[in-house]
Amino acid sequence: MIIATNVNKKFGKLAVLKNVSATCNRGQIISLIGPNGSGKTTLIKCLLGMVMPDSGFITFNQQNIAHDWQYRTQIGYMPQSARFPEQMTIAQVFRMMKDIRRGSQQELDEELAEAFGLPELGHKRTGTLSGGTRQKVSASLAFLFSPQVLILDEPTAGLDPVAVELLKEKIRKEKAKGKLMLITSHVLSEMEDLVTEVMYMQEGELLFHKSWQQLQADTGELKLTKAIARVMQGPLHP
Amino acid sequence: MNKIIKYVWLDILRNRIVLGYALMLAIVSLSVFNLEDNTSKGILTLLNLVLIIVPLVSIVFATIYLYNAAEFIELMVAQPLPRGKLWISLYTGLSLALLVAFGAGCGIPLLLYSADASGFTLLFAGLALTLIFVAIALLAAVRTRDKARGIGLAVLLWFYFTLIYDGLILFLLFQFMDYPMEKPMIAFSLLNPVDLARIMLLLKLDVSVLMGATSAVFRDFFGGGSGVALAAGVLLLWAVVPLLFSLRNFKRKDL
Repeated sequence: MIIATNVNKKFGKLAVLKNVSATCNRGQIISLIGPNGSGKTTLIKCLLGMVMPDSGFITFNQQNIAHDWQYRTQIGYMPQSARFPEQMTIAQVFRMMKDIRRGSQQELDEELAEAFGLPELGHKRTGTLSGGTRQKVSASLAFLFSPQVLILDEPTAGLDPVAVELLKEKIRKEKAKGKLMLITSHVLSEMEDLVTEVMYMQEGELLFHKSWQQLQADTGELKLTKAIARVMQGPLHP
Repeated sequence: MNKIIKYVWLDILRNRIVLGYALMLAIVSLSVFNLEDNTSKGILTLLNLVLIIVPLVSIVFATIYLYNAAEFIELMVAQPLPRGKLWISLYTGLSLALLVAFGAGCGIPLLLYSADASGFTLLFAGLALTLIFVAIALLAAVRTRDKARGIGLAVLLWFYFTLIYDGLILFLLFQFMDYPMEKPMIAFSLLNPVDLARIMLLLKLDVSVLMGATSAVFRDFFGGGSGVALAAGVLLLWAVVPLLFSLRNFKRKDL
């Protein structure tokens, strides 16, 4: 569904993405992991057209995404940290997003927003919200238009355990519908019962991309944390 | 596109700084007109205030707004919207809010006390300067990633257009005192929107005699209908050109 081919990106002298190639298909939940500054967010931003690769290209449903914006009707994005116009209330933010994306014919999916209890907070100004509540708004917005692809950048950061469970529940439901999800997370253990694929990035390079079962088999570890630790320590095929 | 304009506009109109700006302009212009018995004098005082305050507030407010909206802009860029549309909507929303603030704060007293050619010229000058300096702010903000640097650049640009530029011109005038400088002065005045706005209004008032020989040349050049049209056109260019440059930059920018 999404194919990246030899994507390179430099910020000044710093090479953030080095020849990254990846293929993402329907029905996969891909966990994109790697240390801080390994280029995860940059890769995601390339997929969204927020960062223009220096070379290489990315296709979405066989269409090159450069200079295109229509394809983003198929994507729901939850950024690492979201902020909305401060004077707006939560209800207004939702109305605005619906207004902006109304042209697309998708049905609205307000399940997550209701699970988080956001409708009751509708009158609150976004400038006064706590980080966690902002994350809830941001996550609900990503799922709102039931897009085919969901890109969640550190979705659990700042969320309380109950909210994390609600979010995971939602991810599970969407997975059953055969959607593609790309999730970055530092907290490796949180998503391990959901993921189907693991992508590991380090210093701008995509070190490996394999299915979770494959990784478990290769490393002999059942926990994602340990499997990654094993990968980091030595050669992949002992 | 109109939707984003609407939301940006409503968001800014509720901003206290914009309300304060409108209120301050209203107080200043009302007191100026009530203190001076001669409206022409009042306009002149108001002109000097408008030429300093309007560019400053427009450029600084717009720059700060853009930096504060950085995450919001990121979110919007990830939506199915063309980038160009988003940027133009931001510009329109920002300048619309500031135009309304200026129109309410300065425009209403002007229409009440001096609804003649000079009053309308001052109103036009203030509105045009708002459009111009919001466009320059957009350019400054899109070119600099760092917030502190961007705001510094905005203030510096304001300083340049309102003070430094005039100083440079004076310096040039003294250096080339022995040569006829009237014609080049016209060219120089076109290179600074603040000066252009000042000249446009001064020519509408009787005080232009004070400018000496240059005034005669200016009157010759800007006095006629074509001169006014040219000045208005150049002011328009001052808004459009920075906006187009910022648009080009924004389309390629990594967010």
